[in-house]
Amino acid sequence: MPPRAPKRKSAPPNSLSVTSSDGSSVSSKAKTKGFVRIDRMFDSYANSSLGMIDPDGIEAFCSDLGVDCTDVRILMLAWKLKAQRQGYFTQDEWRTGLKELRVDSISKLKKALPELEKEVGKPSNYDNFYSYAFRYCLTEEMQKSVDIESICELLNLVLGAQFRPQVDLLIEYLKVQSDYKVINLDQWINFLRFCQEINFPDLENYDATQAWPLILDNFVDWMREKHSSF
Amino acid sequence: MERKTIDLDQGWDYMQKGITKLKRILEGLPEPPFSSEEYMMLYTTIYNMCTQKPPHDYSQQLYDKYREAFEEYITSTVLPSLRERHDEFMLRELVKRWANHKIMVRWLSRFFHYLDRYFIARRSLPALNEVGLTCFRDLVYNDVHVKVRDAVITLIDKEREGEQIDRALLKNVLDIFVEIGMGLMDRYEEDFEAHMLQDTGAYYSRKASNWILEDSCPDYMLKSEECLKKERDRVSHYLHSSSETKLSEKVQHELLVMHANQLLDKEHSGCRALLRDDKVEDLSRMYRLYCKIPRGLDPVANIFKQHITAEGTALVQQAEDAASNQASNAAGVQEQVLIRKIIELHDKYMTYVTDCFQNHTLFHKALKEAFEVFCNKTVAGSSSAELLATFCDNILKKGGSEKLSDEAIEETLEKVVKLLAYISDKDLFAEFYRKKLARRLLFDRSANDDHERSILTKLKQQCGGQFTSKMEGMVTDLTLARENQASFEDYLRSNSAAAHPGIDLTVTVLTTGFWPSYKSFDLNLPAEMVKCVEVFKGFYETKTKHRKLTWIYSLGTCHINGKFEQKTIELIVSTYQAAVLLLFNASDRLSYSEIMAQLNLTHDDLVRLLHSLSCAKYKILSKEPNTKTISQSDYFEFNSKFTDKLRRIKIPLPPVDERKKVVEDVDKDRRYAIDAAIVRIMKSRKVLGHQQLVSECVEQLSRMFKPDIKAIKKRMEDLITRDYLERDKDNANMFRYLA
Repeated sequence: MPPRAPKRKSAPPNSLSVTSSDGSSVSSKAKTKGFVRIDRMFDSYANSSLGMIDPDGIEAFCSDLGVDCTDVRILMLAWKLKAQRQGYFTQDEWRTGLKELRVDSISKLKKALPELEKEVGKPSNYDNFYSYAFRYCLTEEMQKSVDIESICELLNLVLGAQFRPQVDLLIEYLKVQSDYKVINLDQWINFLRFCQEINFPDLENYDATQAWPLILDNFVDWMREKHSSF
Repeated sequence: MERKTIDLDQGWDYMQKGITKLKRILEGLPEPPFSSEEYMMLYTTIYNMCTQKPPHDYSQQLYDKYREAFEEYITSTVLPSLRERHDEFMLRELVKRWANHKIMVRWLSRFFHYLDRYFIARRSLPALNEVGLTCFRDLVYNDVHVKVRDAVITLIDKEREGEQIDRALLKNVLDIFVEIGMGLMDRYEEDFEAHMLQDTGAYYSRKASNWILEDSCPDYMLKSEECLKKERDRVSHYLHSSSETKLSEKVQHELLVMHANQLLDKEHSGCRALLRDDKVEDLSRMYRLYCKIPRGLDPVANIFKQHITAEGTALVQQAEDAASNQASNAAGVQEQVLIRKIIELHDKYMTYVTDCFQNHTLFHKALKEAFEVFCNKTVAGSSSAELLATFCDNILKKGGSEKLSDEAIEETLEKVVKLLAYISDKDLFAEFYRKKLARRLLFDRSANDDHERSILTKLKQQCGGQFTSKMEGMVTDLTLARENQASFEDYLRSNSAAAHPGIDLTVTVLTTGFWPSYKSFDLNLPAEMVKCVEVFKGFYETKTKHRKLTWIYSLGTCHINGKFEQKTIELIVSTYQAAVLLLFNASDRLSYSEIMAQLNLTHDDLVRLLHSLSCAKYKILSKEPNTKTISQSDYFEFNSKFTDKLRRIKIPLPPVDERKKVVEDVDKDRRYAIDAAIVRIMKSRKVLGHQQLVSECVEQLSRMFKPDIKAIKKRMEDLITRDYLERDKDNANMFRYLA
């Protein structure tokens, strides 16, 4: 077998990427251009001393948008922005979010809302959004649970449209029971699973020997007692 | 010399004579037996005819003629004789003919033996013996076996009805069935046994149908036992031994299995009634009869269990009713009586298990399950765990309600520990026991040290070392405390007067972990006592520097001299009571609120204290107004007019109801135990399904208590919040351990 001729190393192709010292200056210049309107929007609502949009700013923002601040779409927006702190939007969050939505004005944002709702509703995103809604309520550093009052509001906001009867009864129960003063993430997540999996209002397929959180076992008992008086 | 060739007809003629002679002998006709010579001649004739050179080698023909000899005889003589007889007579004839046939085969095969040696062997033909038997089988047996079988069965049934039959005859007949199989049992089994079993089944089915309606359960069982015995007897006398099992099963099936429910459930004489009336013998019989039947004992064990459960539950109900009817003091007595009765019940039925039911596991299990049902019921608010602990306390304390000999006490303690096995809340028992043990030890109320140690040993054997480790620690503490006290007294003697407390002081130092938890209040001690505490602290620091002393005044006792007008009386009171009394050294008259302020106690405690000193048997303090209860507006004075015939009196302070606290403490411990169990399980399994986790948890904890499923769920939730566990993202019923 004849010896193979050594492969000649080919010269590297002409690279079109240009890197500069901090790796960003060239591209960021291009970016900043696109952010001008977004930044201007940000500044119009931001609290200048804080450097971010605070609750007052959000209120103004919502009113401009023509959407109530307690509307679930604002929560969806927060999710899209990946906002870390309830009631506040940082500049980065604002920029990244609006860029992803491809909007840079209030009117464009308004038009983008239905799209956003659809996006949230997608099965691949919904669980993520649902958990986010809970975590968004955690204000303190080490906080793991949310008080009953807030949970009831959140349930109404997030699940009310899709699971009205379950949500109404669940809220009623949460308010009368005294075993739990706060709800943790695991319980929150199981509220959704409950609405999705369990037949309502007969609760026929609920099995307390499975891993449902105790609060739901108690809720089902309460429901059954309530309805047996019929 | 050249042998003369024997012609076939010639030779056969000769043989025929011999055969005829044989037949005459068999028929019983006068005929001399074969001489050796005759035999030899016959044998040799065959030999010659077989060893002649062809075409005079007549082996084949002789082989055929051998068989034909039998066939001829059978057809002409044997068969007709059998056909003209019936029933028993036919059987007798058959036996005779069979015996004869065997003799004929023996003799003829001897005559024709040479064929066996070469011709038959070479051609692999059936041997002479076999040919002979086959002839009988094919011509006689096949013809008559049905009749024979029917005749035999008829006789068997006759015997069953009580008539005498000729057993030897039947044995001989049945031997034919066996022998005709020529090594196999198939003739016996198919032609006789199967039909006999069927007939037996029908026979006993009829009998059973009558008996079950007319007879009581014990009578029916007696009859059944008899029948089984008789059938076994039958086998040993004339049936083949291989029939025994099948026959017994058939009889058992018809008598015992088919009517099991009707029999056991007979209202006035069935299993329940027998238990109720303590009919030990009948129950033993029932066991003997049903233990051989697969799953036959299940219904009996079930009824046994139900019976015990009913009796036990009735006892509990009795105690409950009695307790609610009587005053609160007497109620305690009722509950102690209950424990006694439960022990007696246990002894009674354990005897049943060991004697009637031969220690069978099924009955041990039934007893256990029955006791577990009613031993966990509450009576008048007390759990069974508490009742049992109180019962032990009564036996072990001085002046307890049980006055028994040492042996009786040991025996009773043994039985009490056995009862503990049936109680699911063992940890609750441990806590109550510990609390009462503490009081016995600290107030010197224990009657006998040996008994105290003995029961701890028994508890350790039954429940493991962990169960008793704290209690043992308590007993040891007291021994150490006595030593400690001795060195304290040495210390006092060797030190200056300033370091002396001024009063005789005995301190018992306890190891916190072993003893039940006690609330310690910041009681404002009288000055005299403050000094005591200081001095002891000084002493203790010379012994160890790294321990903290917490004083539990609620457990202390004080001897105080009450200088009454008539005479001085020594009062034995608790430290709290002493603190109250000593206040009156400084003031003549004190109001409730003043006392409260000075002592810094809770209202509940103060009311209890003042009640014991002013409204109970001994009125050391006089109360204004002189009502039976303490109110916050009352005033108190030292009752100088008080007197008693004794020089020294004990003023008891009724103990606080510890039940609530015990239950609280145990609940708390259980929460920790459940947490620990869950973490332990998850740490080793890493991932586990919910139901499995729960069931493993229950199993691990079952030695001490039966955890509530809801409680386990709650602990799991807590562990999730504390990041020990998490729910699997894809399967909501699975959990993972978070390291």
